[in-house]
Amino acid sequence: MKLMYVMALASLLYLPAKAQTFMTRNGKVNFYSKTPLEDIKAENRQVVAAIDLGKKTVALTLLQKNFLFEKQLMQDHYNENYVESDKFPKAQFTGTITGNVGTTPGTYKVQISGNLTLHGVTKPVSAPAEFEVADGKVTGKADFKVKPSDFDIKIPSLVKDKIASEISVQVVAACTALSK
Amino acid sequence: MDMQRRIIQTIFLLLVCGRMMAQDSSLMKMMDDAVAESQKGQVVTGTFKATQIVNLPTVESPGKKSLQFMIMHRFGKLNGGAYELFGLDNASIRFALDYGITDRFSVGLGRSSVDKTFDGSLKYKLLQQKETGMPISVSLYGLITNYTQRYTDKPYLDAGYRTAYTTQVIIAKKFSSAFSFEVVPSWIHYNITPTPEDKNDLFAVSAGGRLKFTKRMSVNAEYNYLLRNQVVSTKVYDAISGGIDIETGGHVFQLVFTNAAGMVGPYYLAKTDGSWGKGDIYFGFNITRNFNFKK
Repeated sequence: MKLMYVMALASLLYLPAKAQTFMTRNGKVNFYSKTPLEDIKAENRQVVAAIDLGKKTVALTLLQKNFLFEKQLMQDHYNENYVESDKFPKAQFTGTITGNVGTTPGTYKVQISGNLTLHGVTKPVSAPAEFEVADGKVTGKADFKVKPSDFDIKIPSLVKDKIASEISVQVVAACTALSK
Repeated sequence: MDMQRRIIQTIFLLLVCGRMMAQDSSLMKMMDDAVAESQKGQVVTGTFKATQIVNLPTVESPGKKSLQFMIMHRFGKLNGGAYELFGLDNASIRFALDYGITDRFSVGLGRSSVDKTFDGSLKYKLLQQKETGMPISVSLYGLITNYTQRYTDKPYLDAGYRTAYTTQVIIAKKFSSAFSFEVVPSWIHYNITPTPEDKNDLFAVSAGGRLKFTKRMSVNAEYNYLLRNQVVSTKVYDAISGGIDIETGGHVFQLVFTNAAGMVGPYYLAKTDGSWGKGDIYFGFNITRNFNFKK
């Protein structure tokens, strides 16, 4: 009898863990820099994101070179001069969810806090987020701001007026349940 | 019996825990794999800062819907001495506009003061170096020149005779973020030559590179080797040029030293009459400015 209990308990532990991991390879991260002189925006549609509702953790990885800008020259400068993509190809975020995200379909407002690694510098970031739970799918959305200076990204005085000191970042990741 | 049960229990628990842990690390692995996968096909960008090293074109072209305005300027020869203020009293200039029709195809128009030469050009990025797979970039460059300098003693020089064609295959590799190198075979066709002994079809091989020493500055050099016994009526030298690139936002400044007075194919490749050894060195600069027409 004891064996049965243990097995049942273990199965309970095991099953939810399986159904509560969600992942995507084409999550979206946008960023905007708004100044009176110039608006800069870029989009990365190849963001890899994972959400574990069991452990209440999230993870995000992207390649800097996958950010597409409207102007090719901006893209070149972003990679060559600012985030130095040859040296630091990836940006990463790992964090935890504070708040309740149910398994029943609906929208859940929570708080996410964790560490953002960018340009070789890791800094804590926290932001309100929204999780939309649907059948076999969880869509995570978050907006936050990043200061280039926090991540050791130097902006020369000549273009200082064209790049905002705070960049708005938008994340949308529609993750599907991982099937084993 | 009790023993057996305990063993089964333990094995089962181990299995479950193992599965759970494996799942966690395999998730991180899956994420890393997915990222690595998308990195593979990535095109290597920024092989060179500008569309030319000094005179020699690079594999780069203006992006789609972007217009590049360029001023190429050469002062006189340094060996003009103090009387000519080391060449600063004289100048020759080329203005050029290059426009990206797509990210890989651009068209250009230019005019040089040397021989009052107009030029039109096409550049196409045939191959692009990738992170894995394609090891090199190859661009094709075609240039047509027509000089309009009046020669009253040569009334037979019609538009056809004044036209020359330059075709270049630019083969480049970005070895690291700091170092890029290119090799460029060139073919020049003149519709008329000064004497019958001079060849109408000339071949040259050029090599050039850049070495970045800060994120926005690099030293560049190019050597243009004109195959011998093609131009025989005048003494010509190989054009050897070097300089520094300084990039600031939408501008690239290039400060250059060269023994070539001309700035387009038929001139710097096959009509360079200056010699470094004799001090026929021109100081000059190229300035590019980019304008975007994308909303």
